[in-house]
Amino acid sequence: MATTLTPVLSAGWDAPRAWTLQAYEAAGGYRGLRRALGMQQADVVTMVKDSGLRGRGGAGFPTGMKWGFLPPDDGKPRYLVVNADESEPGTCKDIPLMMASPQHLIEGVAITSYAINCHHAFIYVRGEVVHVYRRLLKAVEEAYAKGYLGTNILGSGYDLEVTVHAGAGAYICGEETALLDSLEGLRGQPRLKPPFPAVAGLYARPTVVNNVESVASVPGIVVGGADWFKQMGTERSAGHGLFSLSGHVTRPGQYEAPLGITLRELLEMAGGVREGHQLKFWTPGGSSTPIFTAEHLDVPLDYESVGAAGSMLGTRALQIFDETVSVVRAVTRWIEFYKHESCGKCTPCREGTYWLAQVLRRLERGQGTSEDIDLLLDLCDNILGRAFCALGDGATSPVTSAIQYFRDEFEAGTHTPADVLFPPERSSLFSYTPRHGAALAGAH
Amino acid sequence: MSVEHAPEGLSGRTPGQQHATAYDEATRARLDADAAQVIARYPQERSALLPLLHLVQSVDGYVSPRGIAFCAATLGLTTAEVSAVATFYTQYKRHPNGDYTVGVCINTLCAVMGGDAIWEELSEHLGCDHDETTEDGSITLERIECNAACDYAPVMMVNWEFFDNQTPQSAREVVDRLRAGEAVAPTRGADRVVTFTEMSRVLAGFPDGRADEGVAAGGPTLEGLRVAKGHGWTAPAFPGDEGASARPAASGDVPPRVGDEQSSAQRPVTTSGDVSPEGQQTKQASDDAKES
Repeated sequence: MATTLTPVLSAGWDAPRAWTLQAYEAAGGYRGLRRALGMQQADVVTMVKDSGLRGRGGAGFPTGMKWGFLPPDDGKPRYLVVNADESEPGTCKDIPLMMASPQHLIEGVAITSYAINCHHAFIYVRGEVVHVYRRLLKAVEEAYAKGYLGTNILGSGYDLEVTVHAGAGAYICGEETALLDSLEGLRGQPRLKPPFPAVAGLYARPTVVNNVESVASVPGIVVGGADWFKQMGTERSAGHGLFSLSGHVTRPGQYEAPLGITLRELLEMAGGVREGHQLKFWTPGGSSTPIFTAEHLDVPLDYESVGAAGSMLGTRALQIFDETVSVVRAVTRWIEFYKHESCGKCTPCREGTYWLAQVLRRLERGQGTSEDIDLLLDLCDNILGRAFCALGDGATSPVTSAIQYFRDEFEAGTHTPADVLFPPERSSLFSYTPRHGAALAGAH
Repeated sequence: MSVEHAPEGLSGRTPGQQHATAYDEATRARLDADAAQVIARYPQERSALLPLLHLVQSVDGYVSPRGIAFCAATLGLTTAEVSAVATFYTQYKRHPNGDYTVGVCINTLCAVMGGDAIWEELSEHLGCDHDETTEDGSITLERIECNAACDYAPVMMVNWEFFDNQTPQSAREVVDRLRAGEAVAPTRGADRVVTFTEMSRVLAGFPDGRADEGVAAGGPTLEGLRVAKGHGWTAPAFPGDEGASARPAASGDVPPRVGDEQSSAQRPVTTSGDVSPEGQQTKQASDDAKES
């Protein structure tokens, strides 16, 4: 049977004033919190473990297991920090979720905090989305007023304070330990692990760092139970997830589906690749996941299948590029991004992304040398596994995968500019006459 | 921007610019009061540094030398420590910003969909390159990275409000209207774009009362839901909700108010004994029995 969509988090997004507590309650919101507060804390953890929920921020680590890693309570503070720093290129699910339905997240925060016995939770949202920050502040305020946050929540005796914190523009702060440093008022640079945040996180106290969508998925699991959640998805990749289609697709957007759906199925729902064009390459989970091609249309989008096919499910950020797009241009631009966002802490990433960008830029100009492909692969080899955090590793993914599938385009970069082979105006959604090859400007 | 030039105490760290080195008393008192509120949100005061830097920008329009000194003095840090943080994050501006930061997404997907063309258009039209400000001080143009709205590509941000599905023409219109002093509405956001300093105050955690303005979601955000509804597709119903969709029926699930007709509670929960673990477990078990 063909896979169908399963709106859970997105189910109420079209309601009038969907972001308000009133709308959320009218749709059954906060049933999960009521139920959770009546359960033993350990039972909530067990329920989430049993559900098979895996981190929706990209890494896919089992959420309940992450909670379970906290050391036994010593009576001192332990923290929940929600990673709402959504910045991975192509990823655009948490921001619309928090814009349309912030209470989903707040209820999840309350339940998760109760489960791990945390009394002060933080939501770290990127600073570049001021209206989302407004909605979160308002949502927290409304939840306090209604007794879902604060002291003696719903008469349970359980207390929780929530602080919504705005970042200030740094992709690296999506890395959980960099996020913690940033939240402590430092430069957002990743920490050496171990110790993991579960042992020494925020203020060196046991801390759970979870993605927005993971936390927002918790209320449903508590209401419906682990088995309800497992009705969706595959055995090892359970549940619903937001799949974000963007690029050369007829109807881009958020499609909430069971894990394991395929791009072919999703494209069919989204009206296919833009009219008159064919799929050339795509990312299954953001720019840090190796690209796929048309031969991967039927790969089930779950953690195991995507991994087996040579990429990663990541954030289910499906960026679709048709045959008009130069893969060299696309990859060069991604690498410019990684170079710009590399925090500078470790040499392989700081220097490696810099040199990758240099080499790619000359290939894009059609001025590469015959050794450049090997040089790129050698650079990637010296970054992957040697960088301090996943940013460096992620930067190599588009390069190595693009060379794997489109080596001839990199070879063409030794003699012909990318914008001659693939005039950029054919890729854009509107017609225009390029002025002076801005694609080559590289302003960063 | 509102840099107050005190007659004494100017410094010229940036070529061609003079910076006031201190705040007047009233401003300083206001900043101190705001800072106290910010610090109170965190278990450790250094966590207040990022919001305090946003707060400084809400007064000075950039992270000014006096703002750095203020953060340092407030949090017991050195100015070098504060500068080290301020220069790490791209939203902190090192020279006076325009009233509006106009950011064109030039990350791969938006660039390919037309972001590069929008960038070319605005850069030429405004005579600005990346992180440069128009002579009238109204607009600072930036090349920005992915802003999590890829399904609305090509995307432009004005003071970090979403301007979705842009074209060179629409983007040019927006900046012209901003420069003419008109109120401009984002596609998803507040009713109008606020100024850089007003926005910075929000980012410092001081709401401006605009959270209820604007839409919940744009078209692409709702696309999957629209398809699902069109096909009658839903998530599995919660146990006990069978017959209804996974999204519980609107009215029936609102808990009755205590003492109301449908409420079994005669008084609000007041003591922890009302929700003792034992009592709750029993209640849960019976709830579960009802639902299964």
